[in-house]
Amino acid sequence: MSAETRNYTLKVWRQSGSSAKGEIKTYEMKNVSVGASFLEMFDQLNEQLLANGEDPVAFDHDCREGICGMCSMYINGRPHGPDTGITTCQLHMRTFPDGETIYVEPWRAKPFPVIKDLTVDRGAFDRIIQAGGYVSVNTGNAQDANEILIPKAIADEAMDAAACIGCGACVAACKNASAMLFVSAKVSQLAVLPQGKSESSRRAQNMLAQMDSEGFGACTNTGACSSECPKEISLTHIARLNREYLRNRFTLNDVEEFQPIKKPDYLDFGV
Amino acid sequence: MSWLSTTLTSSIGRKIVMALTGLFLCTFLIVHLVGNFQLLAGDGGVKFNLYAKFMTTFPLVKALSYGLYAGFALHIIQGLMLIQSNKAARGANNYAYSKPEANSSWTSRSMGLLGMIILLFFVGHMAQFWGQMHFGTMPMVTIDGIEHKDLFKLVSEAFKQPLFVGLYVLSMVALGFHLWHGFQSAFQTLGLNHQKYSPFVEKAGYGFAVVVPIGYAIIPIIMFLS
Repeated sequence: MSAETRNYTLKVWRQSGSSAKGEIKTYEMKNVSVGASFLEMFDQLNEQLLANGEDPVAFDHDCREGICGMCSMYINGRPHGPDTGITTCQLHMRTFPDGETIYVEPWRAKPFPVIKDLTVDRGAFDRIIQAGGYVSVNTGNAQDANEILIPKAIADEAMDAAACIGCGACVAACKNASAMLFVSAKVSQLAVLPQGKSESSRRAQNMLAQMDSEGFGACTNTGACSSECPKEISLTHIARLNREYLRNRFTLNDVEEFQPIKKPDYLDFGV
Repeated sequence: MSWLSTTLTSSIGRKIVMALTGLFLCTFLIVHLVGNFQLLAGDGGVKFNLYAKFMTTFPLVKALSYGLYAGFALHIIQGLMLIQSNKAARGANNYAYSKPEANSSWTSRSMGLLGMIILLFFVGHMAQFWGQMHFGTMPMVTIDGIEHKDLFKLVSEAFKQPLFVGLYVLSMVALGFHLWHGFQSAFQTLGLNHQKYSPFVEKAGYGFAVVVPIGYAIIPIIMFLS
């Protein structure tokens, strides 16, 4: 018994390097298994390209089970494709009817420069985390898990925010290329827990200052980010970020401003 | 820069300016609408002209009007700047194929466009009535032995022309869509999100976005038809 296969026309963004001019190129795909994931279909495309002596398409991927946040394709006008609550690696070809033309583009945002083809530099997210998305932990033995009591509802709220895998779909979906949903999730997961209190007086302001310096846009509350988020992070976290930011700015007894972290030279891909 | 100006020029700060000025302008919409309803008093404009005189001469109202001009200016200038910087954040290449209708409402994505339509209306409206009233030559009318500027005549003449009535009503439609997203969005921006109150704010916003523009639009329509 052979599995059902389908044929597709792919329109893929090809860009040889960060400073090169890119273009959409068309590829015909034959005999793609309906059980293949979108990334497996790209593996098949790359084998085809290699066999023809062409340059394979560069794309990010790692765990291929929807938890690492590496895959980042803008498929048919939507980040991670037409399904909701999943990443590109969890998207299967059975979603696409036979003979469909599929557009595949990289995340488009000024702070996410293309490195090659569909691969973008998401280092801006790492620097936002570096600016305040952490907790200070004392060295020594781990304390007993039940020493700090956290009500279930609050633990759930923190966990919902912590589900963010930092893939950048929110930025890709947002008409303003804003990173507010990402930043809000990373602020929220710590803001609601006692462990996050030590840095909470300046966490939101520092992370926002970093977000702004990276060149992300502002929030228009369209909700596109949350709709496209593979982890379905809620917009309520953005409201919390706004509150935390205002609290930081108007109550922190310190006027010294956070100095945004510069992009390290060794991460300069010639952009 | 001082800590305050750094706060107000950050991405959240700029949105907070938009939210606060937007809600402030919503209160103005109510006051202005209540005043406009006097156009329909059927007294040949006596009440309306006396009201117009009061609004342009009473010192407290005059003082408040400067706050209103500032609110308009901040909302417009900040809005235009946000359109520009948000567009720039996308980068040099935009998507060849995008499907935003799959994840967000048209009104939420079109706040800039709707705002521009309202701005065009606002400029015309100010030139036609406000500018005329303050700096132009006005027809005069005598009420109780005192001469008053006859703003009622200016307005009722304008609303005899189908073009003005049409443009006015269209602008109110744009205002309605702008408020549909803007009202609740302002609360979200201010961090005022709560499981108990947000559904109420949302419904109140939708109600406001429908009732207020209809209230405005119905006046020229009635004046045109009568």
